[in-house]
Amino acid sequence: MLQGKFRKLYYATGDGAHYKGVGSVGWEPENVVLEQAWEDIRERVAEARAKVIAGEASPVLYHMERTLMNPDILAGHIGWPALVVRLHLRPFFFGKLSKKTLEKYAYAFQIKPEELIDITKIKDQ
Amino acid sequence: MQIDFPHRQSAHCENGVVSNLMRFHGYDFSEPMVFGIGSGIFFSYIPFIKMGGIPVTSYRTLPGAIFRRFAKRIDMKVESRSYSSEHKAMSELDSKIAEGVPVGMLTSVYYLTYLPDAYRFHFNAHNIVVYGREGDNYLVSDPVMETTTTIAAADLVRARFAKGVAEPKGRMYYPVQFPKEINRKDAIWRGIKRAGFDMTEIPIFILGTKGMKYMAGRLQRWPERLGDRKAIQYLGNVVRMQEEIGTGGAGFRFVYAAFLDEASSIVGNTELYDLSKELTASGDRLRDFAYYAGRACKSRKTDVLSFAELADILRECATREDKIFRRLHQLAKDNI
Repeated sequence: MLQGKFRKLYYATGDGAHYKGVGSVGWEPENVVLEQAWEDIRERVAEARAKVIAGEASPVLYHMERTLMNPDILAGHIGWPALVVRLHLRPFFFGKLSKKTLEKYAYAFQIKPEELIDITKIKDQ
Repeated sequence: MQIDFPHRQSAHCENGVVSNLMRFHGYDFSEPMVFGIGSGIFFSYIPFIKMGGIPVTSYRTLPGAIFRRFAKRIDMKVESRSYSSEHKAMSELDSKIAEGVPVGMLTSVYYLTYLPDAYRFHFNAHNIVVYGREGDNYLVSDPVMETTTTIAAADLVRARFAKGVAEPKGRMYYPVQFPKEINRKDAIWRGIKRAGFDMTEIPIFILGTKGMKYMAGRLQRWPERLGDRKAIQYLGNVVRMQEEIGTGGAGFRFVYAAFLDEASSIVGNTELYDLSKELTASGDRLRDFAYYAGRACKSRKTDVLSFAELADILRECATREDKIFRRLHQLAKDNI
C-alpha cells in the first residue's frame, strides 16, 4: 500500500519503563481501512467513467472523482456556488461553458482544457 | 539561501512543526511535550457534520489549537497571517527564507507530491516547514517524513491555496518573540488542566469521554440503521482517524502518555507517571478496538454481535479515560 518506502513514528514503551519514539511501517488494521477507503474511491471513479461514456454526465464528474474532489471544493476553484458546479456535472450545461470556466476547471484538475472536453481519452483509460 | 534546519520526524504534523521550529530557535521541546502543553488530546464525534458522507470523528483538538495554546503557555509571540493573493504569499515566503527564518505553513496533503499516493487525500490542515529554496524547488521539512524533502514551487502554490473545507489561504507562521525564561512546570500544569477539562467537564454529550460513550451507543446500531456497506464504511473511517498517519497510535493516547511520562520527571510528581501507565493500558484497548474493527472491515461482514463487542471496548476506554482525566484535572488544579 505504501510502496514499502515510508516509515512512520510511533510512541511505545517497549520493554523499557519510559516512552520512546519508534519507526514502523504501520500495522494491519490501518492498512485494511486505508485500502478500503481507496477501494470506495476506485468504485466511484469507475461509476463516473461509465456515466460519462453513456452520455449521462459531463467529464467534470469523472475528473472530480478521479481527483477525489467534490462540488464544494470545485466551487472554490471556479468561484461559483456548489449548486452551479452540480449543474456542470450534466452534459447540457457543460456544453454551454465558457472558455474561461473550462480553463478554471482544467487548472483544478491539473490537466489541459483540451483534455477536459475530450471524452475519447476517458474511454481509452 | 539555505538554513541549517534541525529536522526530526514526529508522529503528528502540528506537534512536529512546533517542536522543530523551537529546536531551530534553541529551545528543546520534544513532540509529546508540545502536544501536552498545547492540550492536544480530545475526542469528538459529530454525527450531524459529515465529510464525504461520513460523520466526523476526531481524537484531537481543532487544527491550529495546539500551537496557539503552546505559544500562550510559554509566553511566546507568533506571527501568523493568511493571504488572498498567491503571488504575495509566495514572495513573502521568499523574503522570509532570505532573512534566514524557517516558516511553518498550512497545506493540503493532496498536493504534497513527495508523500505516498495512498495518503494523498484532500486534507487541508497539514503543517510543514519551508526552510529554503533551490531554483524552482522549495526545501521542506515535513514532520511526518523521516528526512527533509523538496517540492516544486507550482505544487506548493496549489497546496497552500487548496479549496474546500477549512481553506488554508496561504497561511504561514513563525515565532517572533521568545520569553526570557520558560517556566516549564507551570506550562505543563496549565496544559494538563485544560486537557482534563476538555475531556471530562464540557457539558456537551458529543465531546470528550462523553462523546466516546455516545459514539459507542451509535456504533452499536450502525448495522441495523445503515446496512452492512455503510456500517463498514463508517467503522473504517473511525479506525482511520484513530490509527492512520499522524496519531502516533491509538488516537494520540500514546503520545499523551509519553508526555505524562516525560512531565512526571520535570515537575517531580510520580502520580503522573502512574497515570501515564494507565493511559497506556487504555490506549492498548483502543488498539484492540482497531484490530477487531479492522478484521470486520476486511471480512466485510457486520454480524451485530461484533459491533456490540466493539461498542463495549469503546465504553470501557471511555470509563478508563474519564477516570484518568478527572484525576489529572484535579492534580493540575492543586498544583497551579
